[in-house]
Amino acid sequence: MSRKIRVLIAKPGLDGHDRGAKFVARALRDAGMEVIYTGLRQTPESIVNTAIQEDVDAVGMSILSGAHNTLLPKVVELLKEKGAEDILVFGGGVIPDSDIPFLKENGVQAVFTPGTPSEEFVNFIKENVRKDG
Amino acid sequence: MTIRDEFNKWREGVHGKSVSRFPERKKEFKTSYGETVEPVYCPEEGGSAYLETRGFPGCYPFTRGVQPTMYRGRFWTMRQYAGFGTAEESNKRYKYLLGAGQTGLSVAFDLPTQIGYDSDHPMSDGEVGKVGVAIDSLKDMEILFDGIPLGDVSTSMTINSTASVLLSMYIAVAEKQGFSADKLNGTIQNDILKEYIARGTYRFPPKPSMRLITDIFEFCASNVPKWNTISISGYHIREAGSNAVQEVAFTLADGIAYVEAAIKAGLDVDVFAPRLSFFFNAHNNLLEEVAKFRAARRLWSEVMKNRFKAANPKSQMLRFHTQTAGCTLTAQQPDNNIVRVAIQTLAATLGGTQSLHTNSRDEALALPTEESVRIALRTQQIVAHESGIADTIDPLAGSYFVEALTDSIYAKARKYIERIDELGGMVEAIEKGFVQQEIQDSAYHYQVAVEKGEEVVVGVNKFQMKEEPPTNLLKVDRSIQVSQIAKINDVKSSRDNDAVIRKLAEIKAAAQGSDNLMPKILEAVKVYATLGEIAGTMQEVFGEHKESVVL
Amino acid sequence: MDNKLKFDFRDLAKLITKIENDRLGAEDVLKNIYKENSETVVIGITGPPGAGKSSLTDRIIKEYRGLGKTVGIVAVDPSSPFTGGAILGDRIRMGDHATDPGVFIRSMGSRGSLGGLAPATIDILNLMKSSGFDVLIVETVGVGQSEIDVMSIADTVLLVLVPGMGDDVQALKAGIMEIADIFVINKADKDGVERLVAEINMIINLNRHRLEWEPPVVKTVATENTGIKDVMEKISDRDIWLKNYGTNVKADRLSSQFKQMALDRIGGNILAILEERGIFQNWTLEFSAGRSNPYKALKELDEKLKIEWSDK
Repeated sequence: MSRKIRVLIAKPGLDGHDRGAKFVARALRDAGMEVIYTGLRQTPESIVNTAIQEDVDAVGMSILSGAHNTLLPKVVELLKEKGAEDILVFGGGVIPDSDIPFLKENGVQAVFTPGTPSEEFVNFIKENVRKDG
Repeated sequence: MTIRDEFNKWREGVHGKSVSRFPERKKEFKTSYGETVEPVYCPEEGGSAYLETRGFPGCYPFTRGVQPTMYRGRFWTMRQYAGFGTAEESNKRYKYLLGAGQTGLSVAFDLPTQIGYDSDHPMSDGEVGKVGVAIDSLKDMEILFDGIPLGDVSTSMTINSTASVLLSMYIAVAEKQGFSADKLNGTIQNDILKEYIARGTYRFPPKPSMRLITDIFEFCASNVPKWNTISISGYHIREAGSNAVQEVAFTLADGIAYVEAAIKAGLDVDVFAPRLSFFFNAHNNLLEEVAKFRAARRLWSEVMKNRFKAANPKSQMLRFHTQTAGCTLTAQQPDNNIVRVAIQTLAATLGGTQSLHTNSRDEALALPTEESVRIALRTQQIVAHESGIADTIDPLAGSYFVEALTDSIYAKARKYIERIDELGGMVEAIEKGFVQQEIQDSAYHYQVAVEKGEEVVVGVNKFQMKEEPPTNLLKVDRSIQVSQIAKINDVKSSRDNDAVIRKLAEIKAAAQGSDNLMPKILEAVKVYATLGEIAGTMQEVFGEHKESVVL
Repeated sequence: MDNKLKFDFRDLAKLITKIENDRLGAEDVLKNIYKENSETVVIGITGPPGAGKSSLTDRIIKEYRGLGKTVGIVAVDPSSPFTGGAILGDRIRMGDHATDPGVFIRSMGSRGSLGGLAPATIDILNLMKSSGFDVLIVETVGVGQSEIDVMSIADTVLLVLVPGMGDDVQALKAGIMEIADIFVINKADKDGVERLVAEINMIINLNRHRLEWEPPVVKTVATENTGIKDVMEKISDRDIWLKNYGTNVKADRLSSQFKQMALDRIGGNILAILEERGIFQNWTLEFSAGRSNPYKALKELDEKLKIEWSDK
């Protein structure tokens, strides 16, 4: 049975630069996925609730303000709290390489910085989403 | 009359008068082999078409520049946008920059400040002090400008939805330093429309936001006359992925919307229009960018003269600040960015900018370090003092290519403005998502072209190499949020809380009615009402904007 | 989660996914939990893109939450016909409810479901109805047949229009205008409102003779919360009307709903059998060879079915 991959693309925090997030959303749609786009200023709580209600396979978040070390691990933690740790979490934006190990230790499965070809994140999602149901 | 006659007339009249009042930087400008460099060069033939579409520096339609002497009189203002962490740290950086020869301040605020949340608001978590300085109350503003005499510097503040509050705080600090508001020089960005389109730090819906802007226009015209009350910004429209024509068209369309709103509010166009300023992006495509700036100047002067019947030449001048393009910086091989910024510096200055911020090489990675900021400033200084481009005005005029692009950008931007008029104006076009859609499509197509290698980005999709992760990046400490919250608690326990409640109630009443909000806000900041309290009070009346996303 | 609700949101969300991906499998679950809940109010909201449907939905959710009612929303956006992908952005306008335990929002791509949009949406709404929501809202864009089919399951259909559409209203007249129980003119602070009202009234007048319920016209500016109380009042009027005079409407809807489900099922099954036995492919070959044609084949099919049915 061909199952549609559903991905939530969100902008956590207050930063309004959504060029990257919108590009990712369009690229995922063009790769045949269903993308739930929630726009700017999402709190970790609202992102997690949305991910659960929409039963997405992955959550992608873009941050350019430097708040990534606070917000990304928070989302992972809340997903776990709600028993939804099977949802894939990835991040993007202006994130220094030196922060990536910290984020990965905290459950962010991948970080895509500017210049990443879309093929790379599309394949990452296809290969890593849960295979059941 | 021939062009030569007109030139002579200009040389004697407009230019001559200006030089006699403000002498040029040098008695004489010369080439390396001793030839005198003229202030401006122009064609010998061509007649009226040239005069109508190009003219002379400081004269309508200002295609060749807004001042008669341009950089021969004075270089552009070198203004580096800075601010991070606490007011104390930013204050130190400002003093460093002023000491390094910078000629104006440019304040970056953190996102909670830009949107009007105090540092202790849940939405502020993780954002405090990150992309700029955190300001919660007048207390922070006093620290930010400690030891910097506000009557002697010009300060640009990147602040939009909460511009009314931050400007009030600036005035209040200046008054405490002994400078009255009429002595103050500077700019607030105050351009809310592009926030809805591209930058995202909106708070209130368009209608009340436009009212706040016209309130500021009116208040400043009589109280802070030297202040630039708005910086109509194409910079972020370009960063969001638009092309050069869209940058010009949408920025000027925003400008038209503000002028219309101010006229509708009963203001005289020739009273507020001279205080309008613009803010553009400088990209890598050097010659196209120069043409862009020239086309924008011509188009704006025509709009002001013909559409709004502005008679004061100052109302017809498009004066602008430029920032080099952040989106062209790459995280890969970051030192390459120094070269990109140098090209963009040339684009801005050959295009006749009034002030310039040059980005630092490491900004695709993090906030810039002091060393990177210095190189960026030095880039401007080298172009100004060593390249010779500042010795004559509008040096690329007459290039077949540049002139052709100037005409085509002018014509295409005009078409866009006509289309926006058909849609019912810029506010309407934004609400319909037209503008966002156009930008979005350009951005997407560019990105696809990069992925296919049709557009080359050096170090990203060609000439890549393995590199060590960069070190030495500036990091903002998370403890700032904690100390900032402590400061708010301090302020709240030491101020006159009854006065705050009274002043906030007055703001609310003014927001519900039609009185100018500025005097009320100024009184509230003086009794140390916090930014979040003031913005929150206005939100009770105005509501909160929700974006209309177009994908 | 609100304690009136029977399911955990995560379980509910997963069941919806199952319906979207594997309807037959989901039926086994649905048949055990289905509960006709006549107390649930089902509201359909439709209209052209950009009319402000999500803003209106957002306001309506707020009103119901103010009354303490739980609300479930299914928001349908079009999928790309080329890739099957979709960008579902209706939640942007409903962001305030993301953390409200009494609100459940689900976005759907119009082609994301097997066997068509309407059957899957019916299943999802039935599931949500059975989970005990007080109010269900289904939001669709546009005016296609499948959107009209979706709307056929709502008690009350709000058709959202905006001024300045010009001749578009005329184009909408066929089909979509007839399913409207309440006309909402959103962005009513714009020019052209009166003209739009006049056009709508004309259409209502033309159809008056065959309408039991005369659709009211309400003006709103959803982003400024203007006119929302009027909308709520009309929805409640409609509700009272349905309770008093609308037993037929409800029964009709149940029966047409089931008819659709049955048709979908029987048709699908028969086709499957025909394909399995190679009959379908054989017919197609016969057509191209000129030995038979679709009408002859239909006749044959008719005969076959009659025999099969009478056997049982």
